Amino acid sequence: MPLAPPITDIEQLKAHPAIARLLNWNPSAVQGVKFDRDEMSIYVERSAIREACSLLRDDATCPFNFLSDVTCVDLYPSEPRFEVIYHLLSISQKERVRLKVRLAGDAPTLESITSVWPAANFFEREVFDLFGIRFTGHPFLRRIQMPENWEGHPLRKDYPVEGYR
Amino acid sequence: MAHLSSIPQLEPGQDRTMILNMGPQHPSTHGVLRVILEIDGETIIRIMPDIGYLHTGIEKTCEAKFYQQVVPLTDRIDYLCPLTNNLCYCLAVEKLLGLEIPPKAQWMRVLLNELTRINSHLVWLGTHALDIGAMTVFLYCFREREDILRLFEAVSGQRMMTSYFRIGGLALPPPLDFFDRVRNFANRFPSKVDEYEDLLTGNPIWTMRTKGVAKISAEHAMALGASGPTLRGSGVDFDLRRDMPYSSYDKFKFKVPVAQDGDVFARYMCRVQELRESIAIVQQALDGMPSGPIKADAPKVVLPDREKMKTQMEAMIYHFKIITEGFSDPEGEVYQAVESPRGEMGYYVVSDGTAKPYRVHMRSACLANLQLLPAMCEGRLIADVVAAIGSIDIVLGEIDR
Repeated sequence: MPLAPPITDIEQLKAHPAIARLLNWNPSAVQGVKFDRDEMSIYVERSAIREACSLLRDDATCPFNFLSDVTCVDLYPSEPRFEVIYHLLSISQKERVRLKVRLAGDAPTLESITSVWPAANFFEREVFDLFGIRFTGHPFLRRIQMPENWEGHPLRKDYPVEGYR
Repeated sequence: MAHLSSIPQLEPGQDRTMILNMGPQHPSTHGVLRVILEIDGETIIRIMPDIGYLHTGIEKTCEAKFYQQVVPLTDRIDYLCPLTNNLCYCLAVEKLLGLEIPPKAQWMRVLLNELTRINSHLVWLGTHALDIGAMTVFLYCFREREDILRLFEAVSGQRMMTSYFRIGGLALPPPLDFFDRVRNFANRFPSKVDEYEDLLTGNPIWTMRTKGVAKISAEHAMALGASGPTLRGSGVDFDLRRDMPYSSYDKFKFKVPVAQDGDVFARYMCRVQELRESIAIVQQALDGMPSGPIKADAPKVVLPDREKMKTQMEAMIYHFKIITEGFSDPEGEVYQAVESPRGEMGYYVVSDGTAKPYRVHMRSACLANLQLLPAMCEGRLIADVVAAIGSIDIVLGEIDR
């Protein structure tokens, strides 16, 4: 079964409920889209992420009312270095969408979405712990997996995988 | 998180309250969960789960392995349902590759997944009942669990860390008498569920300890990211097997048990009914098991048969290349979720076109479910914490990874 090439043309994908909702709200918040292997990704502008999440959650026709996951990918050494990834699920429409935010490598900060979904609490703490991304407005941004006095963020690509620390 | 920290996580607010540390060695915290309680007498004012004692950095380890070498690591995340994790990872990588899996392999996957769900629910039921004070159920549950572990051993050679699903299909064909043994078990099992229910469902002590305890509403549970029986116990009718089917679950008929109350008893009822539904799926899988190959036709990805590898030059070359160099996935990213016994287990795999995954992230159902604990317990008694922890069915290996 050969793979279909990804679609990145926003005109072709405008009909998707999440993209339509975001474009309707603020076209500059959508930086790009990608439809690949039956999965929709939307690149969201960094400052718009919290409002984008709350809009998608409260959408009348297709509410993405469940936050599946928050995670991050380190693209070191390229810039922008980090991609923070949100997987949203619509329980009523059985639809998934992935939101991505690109962050620069030096002092990455992002607005927390814990006010939209309290579920993001542990997920964001884990991203902070393992990637060193600071979430502003998070109620309790402390390390969650590593010990409190640990130095460095282990899932970053420039973190050494062998030898003594 | 705070293993080495001397700073207490909670400061007592008033003179009347005190801080109580529970775990990580407490037997009813199911592993190494530490819970910090602020209590006024026996009433809980605040509660904070502290995790990270079992963090092994599996996500980082995956980045240094070939795609096929990650499969045994996935067993060790959630050690009560290794096959579910195998399946989720394999489905994610197969989606990246665009592989088509033959029907027999898909049905075998469903069959073993439901057995592993029963296995996991039996451990949950036994330990949950033990926490609340019913010893006998534990012994009964482990009696049946032993039968399932023997089936796993027969099919994969391992009781717990099975690694039986491989990218592109199954590791081995099942042994000749395997289906008879599974049928034998499936015929016996429903009467055993009746035994557990006889001991618990109508038992006044059990109902007093569970009914109305650790209640949570559907909206609250969804906002906090709960999934699986924990969410269905609050009345949200959502099951990935039925609603977003994978691995030919759409060919099976089963009910999704839902309870409305949102308390410990509701979650208990959901899981016990799931035991019955799972065994019904096992029966259907046995009745309709298709014949045919158990591995996909993709020589660059799937290891050749042992016999072919020894007799055919081409097969030997492929074997050598897969073992030494791995196989490369086309660039891209995939999020694959399956319904694990605990909820939505998701694998997010990013490929950069090489033979090793660029990033593997596991969405742990328990991690999200654990966030419900403060909402469930605040304002209740210490004894209810034990019931609440048991009812969300956590596995610390999956939470900490």
